[in-house]
Amino acid sequence: MKKLINLTINGLSYEVAVEPRQTLAELLRYDLGLTGTKIGCGIGDCGACTVLLDGVPVFSCLTLAMEADGCDVLTIEGVADNGKLHPIQQAFVDIGAIQCGFCTPGMVLNTLALLRKNPHPTEAEIRRALSGNLCRCTGYQKIVEAVQEAAITMTK
Amino acid sequence: MKYKILNTRAPRVDAVDKVTGKAQYTDDLKRPGMLWCAILHSPLAHARILNIDTSKAENLPGVKAIITGKEAGTVIYGVSPARYDENILCIDKVRYVGDEVAAVAAVDIDTALEAVSLIEVDYEELPPVLDGLRAMDEDMPQIHEKYKRNTCAEVHWNFGDCDAAEKEADYIRTDKLTSKMQDGAFIEPQAILAEFDASGRLNMFSSTQAPHYVQRTLAMALKLPIEKVRVVKPAVGGGFGPKASCSTAELVTCLLARKTGRPVKMTFDREQVFLHSRARHQFWHTMTTGVKKDGTLLFLRHNCVLDGGAYASFGIATVYYAGSLLGGPYRLKNMTYDGCRVVTNKPASGAQRGHGAVIARALFETQLDQIAIEIGMDPIELRLKNVMGAGETTCNELYMSSLGMRECIEEVRDATNWTEVWQRNQNQKSRVGADLSRPVPHKSNILTKKSRGIGVSSGFFVSGAGYSIYRSDTFHATVVTKVNEVGGSVIVESGAADIGQGSDTVLAMITAEVLGIPMSDVKVISGDSDLSVDLGAYSSRTTLMMGHAAKGAAESARDQILSVIAERTGVSQHDLFMEDGYIKCKNDLFDFQPLRDEYIWEHRGFTDLPDEPFLTFREASRIAFLKRGTIIGTGKYRPPKLGGSFKGATVGTSPAFGCSAQVAEVEVDLETGEVTVLKVTGAHDCGFAINRTQVEGQMQGAISMGMGEALMEEIQYDNCGNIVNANLAEYKIPTALDMPPLESIIVETIEPNGPFGAKEVGEGAIMPTIPAILNAIYDATGVRIRELPATPERVLMGLRED
Repeated sequence: MKKLINLTINGLSYEVAVEPRQTLAELLRYDLGLTGTKIGCGIGDCGACTVLLDGVPVFSCLTLAMEADGCDVLTIEGVADNGKLHPIQQAFVDIGAIQCGFCTPGMVLNTLALLRKNPHPTEAEIRRALSGNLCRCTGYQKIVEAVQEAAITMTK
Repeated sequence: MKYKILNTRAPRVDAVDKVTGKAQYTDDLKRPGMLWCAILHSPLAHARILNIDTSKAENLPGVKAIITGKEAGTVIYGVSPARYDENILCIDKVRYVGDEVAAVAAVDIDTALEAVSLIEVDYEELPPVLDGLRAMDEDMPQIHEKYKRNTCAEVHWNFGDCDAAEKEADYIRTDKLTSKMQDGAFIEPQAILAEFDASGRLNMFSSTQAPHYVQRTLAMALKLPIEKVRVVKPAVGGGFGPKASCSTAELVTCLLARKTGRPVKMTFDREQVFLHSRARHQFWHTMTTGVKKDGTLLFLRHNCVLDGGAYASFGIATVYYAGSLLGGPYRLKNMTYDGCRVVTNKPASGAQRGHGAVIARALFETQLDQIAIEIGMDPIELRLKNVMGAGETTCNELYMSSLGMRECIEEVRDATNWTEVWQRNQNQKSRVGADLSRPVPHKSNILTKKSRGIGVSSGFFVSGAGYSIYRSDTFHATVVTKVNEVGGSVIVESGAADIGQGSDTVLAMITAEVLGIPMSDVKVISGDSDLSVDLGAYSSRTTLMMGHAAKGAAESARDQILSVIAERTGVSQHDLFMEDGYIKCKNDLFDFQPLRDEYIWEHRGFTDLPDEPFLTFREASRIAFLKRGTIIGTGKYRPPKLGGSFKGATVGTSPAFGCSAQVAEVEVDLETGEVTVLKVTGAHDCGFAINRTQVEGQMQGAISMGMGEALMEEIQYDNCGNIVNANLAEYKIPTALDMPPLESIIVETIEPNGPFGAKEVGEGAIMPTIPAILNAIYDATGVRIRELPATPERVLMGLRED
């Protein structure tokens, strides 16, 4: 039995009918076509599906769509501002923190949450904040460097 | 600087799409009327199929088609034609937990999964073979009719004269190392979307590393004319080897699309990624190595058993690679190798980064380390004493056209202050016991016993397999570069598979460099079997082979344009060149005004008309089109005939070899056995770095995969053949917290057989990681790890043995 929920996604209001068992990741990807949110494991192990729910990073594969009722959701599609890359995105591009790109949306959103809370993180704090987002390509070196670069740009 | 674009840190051409969520991966694709496929996997490791009843499933509303092995047909396929051993779906037997028994297409994934649960299969359970070392025993059940004693492939090589060398040896030792089956653990699970167009042509989108081989296998197994099969690779979220072969999932999705007349999609869940596997084999290596007392390497006797799981997959190549790639990078005149790949009732193993050679390298390099210590040499000195150089050939006839092995070792030695640290560690150790551990303050300020150590290793790897998987004289890579008819930009069309390693960016950079235009004027379209031939992203082949083809195609397009300009202006074509978006003349300015007038006349009303002091690429390419029609440059590459004449000589051959050295620094908790890697410093000879950022990215990613394999990655089975850790929580790969800072040093030796001197970096860079870490653990603790991964438990057991 579907239920109507209201939520804001990337600044736009949505009224959608969802199955009680449907996850937020499924709603975003398969119903709303916001495929920038990736599903790598479906059980909260890899972090690829990370989105911000009222500013807090959550695994959208472990979040029921109904839990997002009345919430503000930010997905990767909403991070750039009118086509201008966010400083975090720009740093990921410039530093080379992207290879296959499948973990990238989750990494960027988690970084955004980190830098809003802690604008000057240490390397250890960056590694701890991103430890729930698995990356198999980069060894995390350039991801950490990109977050450091973004922190500098954003606090200038 | 000789080049404008090459050797820079240009951002990836797909970076913005990926960082904004626009990049389309296979599971992001959607079609009207699309059905979802689900597969019924075997719950048993080894059983005969007596009966399959699909009637209940067929009656479930929303189910559109079901196929079983009988319907899928008896065609046998696989990777290497010499070892085809898979049916599309199991017919008479299942051979591992996860083997594919039936497939369903339904209106949504929930219905498809429910239908799968309604299929009833009667099995007659057979005793499973789960221990690779016992698989060859006489009393073991035979898994495949064609593999007597469960032996899938054997290699027996004898190079030089080990017996004679043994007599000269002052020091000989034998060591063993065992590893575990490992998983690729790419973050994107495999996904497929198959659809037939109105003409009956199959369009198959897949998260594959090798569209070319998938196209071939689909055509063969589905009995479709090969030109009626198109395979497209959208963005791929990592592959590392396991996505390089055609799979049952790819085949059944196409079969269901044909049967239903509708597009069919399938995406693996994470457990299916583990079950399908095709990742790293389990190896049991034994090596006996002899040296003179001055450290000169004399001989290597090498024996290896590989547990291949249920099917051959890439395994025939794996067993060869496990032996052949020890021929270098040290001067070793005498080498024997006896390798045997067995089949067992476990998921099939295949190719994974550093194909076949990683664990062999780990044992050989840890053994060299031990030999150095026993004969009182610095391990780096021992390596430098034996290292090969450019122009040398290994005992198994691999020719090193360039080899910066010495430079790599010296770079990491100097960057880590190795000589001093090593000597200090040696002095501190009157060896093993209480002396070895020194208390260091723990984070919680409780004093715990920890010990630090440092370890080094080398490694090398092919830069593209010298031969295609099936016997053929095919070109290995072709590229079509089309100059836009309106002028000003080019489109590079290629079948190359960018799976995250960045090959599209490499093709764009090479093309832009040759044509003297900015990368933003080059559009790369790739990963489509309709566009060109490329054998795929495996064996670290793309930069070298596709690079040659892209260079050739761009040069051809350039020459066609310049020839028109030469004709029109009367300047010798020889004197014309392209640079910074312009056509320039070597000696002087040339009179191109008539060409400009013609261009401007054609563009009345345009506001961005050229007024530069040079003829622009846009003008020149338009003028060339007006004269000749569409300008298309084509490029191609095929390796020369390589390798010796002995059986299996083709495996390990390559037009070039990349090499790597790494120093790992670790800290071992002597009370818990936990190993923390503090830093890894790597140097890699990639010939010439087309893109410096991407070269470092490959080096760093290789280290993280190697570190995972060294310390934490292990597929675990229960005694029925079930994987007990088929998820990324219990199958641990390194997180950002596990990874240490990585220092990457690029060594460039300008490979004569590579485009602009470039060769591989993707796989060679994983070779030294495991042994460097194991050697550092030994330096810290005196414990030699004989069984990977070096979990706290195994390290602790080693410490207790001492």
